[in-house]
Amino acid sequence: MLSRTAENLFWIARYIERAETMSRLLEVGARIALIPSSGHGYRSEWESLLQASGTAEGFAEKYGDPIQRNIESYLFFDRDNPSSVISCIERARENGRIVRTALTAQVWDALNMAFQEIRQLERKPRSEIELTELTEWTMRQSALVRGAIEATLLRNDGYDFLNLGFALERADNTARLIDVKYYVLLPAVDFVGTGLDNYQWQVLLRALSAHRAFHWAYGGEITAAKIADFLILNRQSPRALIAAITAASDSLEALAEAYGKSGPEQMRARALVAELAELRAEEIFEEGLHEFLTRFIRDVGELSDMVYNAYLSGEAR
Amino acid sequence: MTDYFNEMYETGKVRAPYARLENWTKCMPAELRQMKQAEAEALFRRIGITFAVYGEGGDPDRLIPFDMFPRVFAQAEWRKLEKGIKQRARALNAFLLDVYGRAEIVKAGKVPAALVYQNEAYERAVAGFTPPRGIYSHIVGIDIVRTGPDEFFVLEDNCRTPSGVSYMLENREIMMRMFPQLFRENRIEPVDGYADALRRTLASVAPAKCDREPTLAILTPGHFNSAYYEHSFLADLMGVELVEGQDLFVEGGFVWMRTTEGPKKLDVIYRRLDDAFLDPLCFRPDSMLGVPGLMDVYRSGGVTICSAPGAGVADDKAIYTYVPEMVRFYLGEEPILQNVQTWQCAKPDDLKYVLEHLAEIVVKEVHGSGGYGMLVGPKSTKEQIETFRAKIEANPDNYIAQPTLALSTTPTFVEEGIAPRHVDLRPYCLVGEKIELVPGGLTRVALKDGSLVVNSSQGGGVKDTWVLAE
Repeated sequence: MLSRTAENLFWIARYIERAETMSRLLEVGARIALIPSSGHGYRSEWESLLQASGTAEGFAEKYGDPIQRNIESYLFFDRDNPSSVISCIERARENGRIVRTALTAQVWDALNMAFQEIRQLERKPRSEIELTELTEWTMRQSALVRGAIEATLLRNDGYDFLNLGFALERADNTARLIDVKYYVLLPAVDFVGTGLDNYQWQVLLRALSAHRAFHWAYGGEITAAKIADFLILNRQSPRALIAAITAASDSLEALAEAYGKSGPEQMRARALVAELAELRAEEIFEEGLHEFLTRFIRDVGELSDMVYNAYLSGEAR
Repeated sequence: MTDYFNEMYETGKVRAPYARLENWTKCMPAELRQMKQAEAEALFRRIGITFAVYGEGGDPDRLIPFDMFPRVFAQAEWRKLEKGIKQRARALNAFLLDVYGRAEIVKAGKVPAALVYQNEAYERAVAGFTPPRGIYSHIVGIDIVRTGPDEFFVLEDNCRTPSGVSYMLENREIMMRMFPQLFRENRIEPVDGYADALRRTLASVAPAKCDREPTLAILTPGHFNSAYYEHSFLADLMGVELVEGQDLFVEGGFVWMRTTEGPKKLDVIYRRLDDAFLDPLCFRPDSMLGVPGLMDVYRSGGVTICSAPGAGVADDKAIYTYVPEMVRFYLGEEPILQNVQTWQCAKPDDLKYVLEHLAEIVVKEVHGSGGYGMLVGPKSTKEQIETFRAKIEANPDNYIAQPTLALSTTPTFVEEGIAPRHVDLRPYCLVGEKIELVPGGLTRVALKDGSLVVNSSQGGGVKDTWVLAE
């Protein structure tokens, strides 16, 4: 497969996953904004959500103060924001058009429909669109793309590059979401274990569509240790770091088998899986959650670079 | 008013090839027709057959209007066309081989040297080099118009990278899907062998250094190109990679593709980009689209480029005049397909005639295409004519003129029902080990009432083109 084709497939998946994360973040922000704060008025976590999405600087430059309507526009419809839902969908679709022949009609349909629909949505007056409509729409589109890939795509190297993109983007996004919770949301270390802390953990679970699943899996009081276990170490949780890294490693192993050669990228992925598999939640807290996540995000970044060098750069020999 | 030849009705009677279509239209009420038309459009959009127009605002993906009323040729009509097209394709290739070699035709005084050697499309870089099998133009698109039951004229030749073949194939797919009964009632020759024939043609011109099953690829300028859909469509049908310049590199006298498993050697490139962009070391140094060093590999027999660089010298509108002479000179045959009478503004007598008759004739730029930069005298205002007169006087060499042809019409679905509209035809002739022509082509139709310009950029549409079996 052409390296450029593989790169386009890899990024289709990353953009779709990223669009979903953006819309989840929006939903969390809107939810928090409906909760009365302890004094008067309502809570606002928009600032920290912008931090989480890595778009705070761009937003401040364009709009200044974080006002909900502007944030919605910026995270959803703004082409100046490279991570906005519309930017992600348009680029995923454009990448799809470039590698049209590596996709099935159904996968192309899903990408193309998302593109056509978001352009329709964009033309609607904003006052007529509910935020939940936008976030649900995004998750539905992402589900359609994934479903089409699962149901119709040939299980060849192209399929592996798509899945690798989904997995690495998800590993990165989940880690950032957790990190933001702990590092940005929480005003001071003293708050750990307080009511505010627990509330924010719940919001995080919601952002990952995982609050029901969490209760089923753990029950009882929400504690930082349980949630860290759930979102980092529990293989049953589809967005957990270990699940995402395992998926990435599986795709890399599949590629190694198909191409009959294995390299540092496979070794690195296996090492990351092994490390998470032996880790316990207490150890993470001993290291410091933020320190752990920072290291993890860097590891994922390095793994991505290895994937790029091995397969996508066109420099492979 | 000119009397146009209607391909379906002659003196009130239905001509034989269209016999079974009359009933078909009678059984199709307006509502059904609109429904079918909408269905066709949805299919085109869904499959993604659009031509991309960037930089003009609006939806970048546009559909070329598709007219469901087919254009039909009888087997006997087609056989004559086929012979004429193949003859012309052979002559054009013989001419190319000659002008990059000994130039016998110039020495014989049949074609002026200046027209060849001062032609922008003449590539000095390949003079003296003979490509595999001596073939320069592997896909020849010949634009043909009809003016009577037995009168066909060649409007122009396309020896470089004629586009539109994906429409020929998809128009047929969609017609078969929507009107299967038509294909049961009429015995229609299939066109879907085109992709296989194209692959065979390309493989048959593999370079001498290739000692195994050749690896083929289509080279595209990229996804911003208006014909990108066609490039990816053909790559898909042939099962070959669609590459951009950045996917290729030159090393050790060969061209390699950058793949996820390492470099893969490439033997035959069907390029869909102009000579000027192929190799920045040989042609335009600012081109980012090509492959540095590609021409060196080509000239040393490490890779075949289709169409060969330099093929354009055979298809400009000034050389066109001499094609019948090429047929006589190289093949010793009389041309089966006639040229349209052409005045060359570079010649003083012709220029005088053209300037005196601007209101009656069609004037074109020698290197123009796509229906741009032309004057259709009878359809133009006095003002437009005078503006154009000034342009011709300023640079007569740049223009040729032809009489306004009475282009044939075929019935076409229009808002008010069915009405005659003018059409042309572009068949795609493949030249490799064998010369092949699938029975069909792209029929373009001028959808505007009275219009003679069929280009899609000027409001033209397309039709499925049938050749009936015996």
